[in-house]
Amino acid sequence: MSYIARPKVSHPALARNDLGLTMRDYEGGMSTLCAGCGHDSITGSLIQAVFELSIPPHRMAKLSGIGCSSKTPAYFASSSHGFNSVHGRMPSVATGAAAVNGDLQYIGVSGDGDSLSIGIGQFVHAMRRNLNMLYLIEDNGVYGLTKGQFSASADAGSTAKRGEVNEQPAIDPCLLAIAAGCGFVARGFSGDRAQLVPLLKAGLSHRGFAMIDVISPCVTFNDHEGSTKSYRFTRENAFPIDHTDFIPPEAEIKADIGRGESQRVELHGGGSILLRKLAREYDIGDRGEAYRYLDARQGKGEVVTGLLFLQEGGADMHELSRLGETPLADLPYGRLCPGPDALAELQNRLR
Amino acid sequence: MPSNNDFTIRIANVNGTGSASANSLLMKTLFRMGIPVAGKNFFPSNIQGLPTWYEVRASHRGYLARSGSVDIAVAMNAETYQRDLRELSSGGYLLYDSTWPRRDVLRREDVSILAVPLARLCNESFDNARARILMKNIAYVGVLAALLELDLEIIRELLRETFARKKPLLEANQTAIGMGYDYAREHLNCPLPFVARSMDGPGSKIIIDGNTAAALGCVYAGATFGAWYPITPSTSLMDAFRSFCARFRTAEDGTRDYCVIQAEDELAAIGMVLGASWNGARAFTPTSGPGISLMSEFLGYGYYAEIPAVLFDVQRVGPSTGMPTRTQQGDILSSAYASHGDTRHVLLFPSSPKECFELAAAAFDLAERLQTPVIVLSDLDLGMNDWVSEELTWDESYRPDRGKVLGAEELEKAEAFHRYLDVDGDGVPYRTLPGEHPKGAFFTRGSGHNSYGGYTENAGEYQEVVDRLRRKWDYAANIVPAAEIRAAKGAQAGLITIGTGDSACREALDILAGRGVALDYMRIRAFPFGEEVWRFLREHSRLYVVEQNRDAQLRTLLINEAGGRAEQLVQVLHYNGMPLPATAVVSAIEADMTRVQAA
Ligand SMILES: Cc1ncc(C[n+]2csc(CCOP(=O)(O)OP(=O)(O)O)c2C)c(N)n1
Ligand code: SF4
Ligand SMILES: [Mg+2]
Repeated sequence: MSYIARPKVSHPALARNDLGLTMRDYEGGMSTLCAGCGHDSITGSLIQAVFELSIPPHRMAKLSGIGCSSKTPAYFASSSHGFNSVHGRMPSVATGAAAVNGDLQYIGVSGDGDSLSIGIGQFVHAMRRNLNMLYLIEDNGVYGLTKGQFSASADAGSTAKRGEVNEQPAIDPCLLAIAAGCGFVARGFSGDRAQLVPLLKAGLSHRGFAMIDVISPCVTFNDHEGSTKSYRFTRENAFPIDHTDFIPPEAEIKADIGRGESQRVELHGGGSILLRKLAREYDIGDRGEAYRYLDARQGKGEVVTGLLFLQEGGADMHELSRLGETPLADLPYGRLCPGPDALAELQNRLR
Repeated sequence: MPSNNDFTIRIANVNGTGSASANSLLMKTLFRMGIPVAGKNFFPSNIQGLPTWYEVRASHRGYLARSGSVDIAVAMNAETYQRDLRELSSGGYLLYDSTWPRRDVLRREDVSILAVPLARLCNESFDNARARILMKNIAYVGVLAALLELDLEIIRELLRETFARKKPLLEANQTAIGMGYDYAREHLNCPLPFVARSMDGPGSKIIIDGNTAAALGCVYAGATFGAWYPITPSTSLMDAFRSFCARFRTAEDGTRDYCVIQAEDELAAIGMVLGASWNGARAFTPTSGPGISLMSEFLGYGYYAEIPAVLFDVQRVGPSTGMPTRTQQGDILSSAYASHGDTRHVLLFPSSPKECFELAAAAFDLAERLQTPVIVLSDLDLGMNDWVSEELTWDESYRPDRGKVLGAEELEKAEAFHRYLDVDGDGVPYRTLPGEHPKGAFFTRGSGHNSYGGYTENAGEYQEVVDRLRRKWDYAANIVPAAEIRAAKGAQAGLITIGTGDSACREALDILAGRGVALDYMRIRAFPFGEEVWRFLREHSRLYVVEQNRDAQLRTLLINEAGGRAEQLVQVLHYNGMPLPATAVVSAIEADMTRVQAA
């Protein structure tokens, strides 16, 4: 059997979260990705984030498209339902799932090929609908699974492993998300767990669509000189503009509040974000400024990371669809069927 | 030849001039007089300005297909005068607006021209420009009322009901009816040799289109989620679902017990439906042929990953955009085998609005029992035209059959759960819903998986699952709606059809019986084909397969999937976009019989 379950040995000394679960309880099957693939580090960060947030594993739903990146849901939280859909179409599946049960925590994992080419339509529309979900793009600038073709996030002028130069401009998922009305836009780097874990936690706690583009080097096809998505290039050019700390709802807030360079933002999904400004020169809630700033810095070859844009309080799909507290999937049939009398009455008007 | 309560009126209008209400007034009047009636709309793919026709057939014998002849043409569109005149049956009548006399153009020896200056009459009675245009339509109903002795009191009552809350409009309409009626009585030879005579009231019957009925079926079956991308002729299904839900499923504070999403395309629509079904809701999407093409990849996913879904394909004329406002049954094969690899889908073929209602509800039960997409194949003729239908009834004891879903309690007790194991030997595994219980978790994937739900590239493990899917398919043949079979005494051959072929075929069978030709009849209601379909094919050496497409798709399916032999199955095809008339069936069968005798 080629399906390998990671052996579960619980260690008494392992830290437990509020549910009494250990990090192990959030692990999944053994990864089949290349050793050193950025995607696997992201999986590690994700496991840490959901563990620290004490999300009951069976109350999460993991969804993905197709690609090396989209295999991620198989590698964490084996006690969660997973839906590895078709190439580029995960947002639609998430939309239907979230519409009928808003109580689950939806985590979508996609790739730059999956979201920016074949699936760009669904990606944009999910943001427009403001689905309540965390959406990750594990961004390596190539199609890993089909062996290294350029993806739409490859920068103009960057080269493929065999030397071919990409002439077309990149589609930046963060700029796209800001333009499409997304309320939570961030960029992380698979190699910077300290930055990524709090971003993931903040994204999970944001009510609405939280898009995080995570630069995730493909060691096999896009980690060479001339690539702008390699470990080296990203390390050298990463430009973190702020540091995000996620503060759980019940935690006491001691740090930095009120100091000029820090800002606390309450999240509607619970908890708050403490933002420590490193280099950001704009108001994080100003869509136009965020766009201009990002566009300008990236024009200089910098990889801007951190929480780039945040707008809390926008109505999510659930609210916009005027759905009630009980998930549609749980409504009893008696409440859904108008009954024979209503049918008879209705037909009086059809004669 | 027309006779009392047996005639066809074809009204030629210009799209967008408000003729629809006049035409439905005419149909409803005949309906309330107790006369079986069918109304069919032939409209262009355009919003305003192009020609459109409405055909009303009164038939005291209850035939609802097109008659294939026109006894009265109401020519309201000068651009189609020639065609309307040409297509009129010999001895027929052509009524036109003689405000602009066209004696020179409208010339045909064997028909009578009825000249009524409709525009002039309206200009004299109404000063509002819009009313002048709209009321011309109502006025020709008045003229027809005089010619055919329609029950004026019924017309007036219908107007009162329609415009109960619009007094000025009511008055205008009543005036227009009287105006047309009086003018005809004074200037034309009224009544015609054939008229409408009240019959036993319509009883419990109703007038409804198939899309509305299907939408009601979704509501009654407990569907809570619908996603769609607008496409003629399926759009009105979702419109109807929304309006029923607005009425029955909306709390006072505006909270909704349903969710309808207008998707960005059909790929997204089916993805949403699969997501919602996977998460435990009853979900559906209405579409037409182009949408099925786009949904293909996901349909294969739904089949292989075993996720329930209900689709309505209201078929229109293909290939490609084809003639989007004309009818056809051209998606039989593309629906049956939609997607790559060894994929097959359950199809249901409603033939009437009542069946649209019932099979819509049945589709949800089947989809959940079989854990697979079910496609209801309707068509434009059924979906969008008004049909006189038996009353819809609902069994109060109905409860949705959710199939094999394990809940939290069962999972708690279970030792382990394996998604794709054939525990009961019927090919149908157990499923669980997200969020219920940690033990229920599994990974849904379209990639190779084994019986336990794990990823596999192992030959044997892969094959085990697809072989079970095949066993599930065989099981499905036992639980889908059975074909309707009618045996005729002394029949030598048989006739097979699906969906809207029914009304024309029944009429054709009567005509043929009158000429001494007896045929057994089978109307197939579902795919996979049940044992009764196989038997019917075994028991007949010659079978006419009547369908509305060029390539004999149903016949191919019968050969592929029901043991049919090519030499046994004679194709009877009609695919010009107009609904099938009985005459086409009769002449094809008679031609074949002559050929066989000659040989
Ligand atoms: C409809 C369809 N077309 C093409 C493919 C082949 N395919 C599989 S993965 C992939 C690209 C994945 O790229 P990305 O999303 O960037 O994922 P990565 O492997 O780089 O993580 C393609 C083109 C497919 N699975 N389905
Ligand atoms: S090919 Fe690239 S993206 Fe795919 S697993 Fe290997 S390193 Fe990761
Ligand atoms: Mg990629």
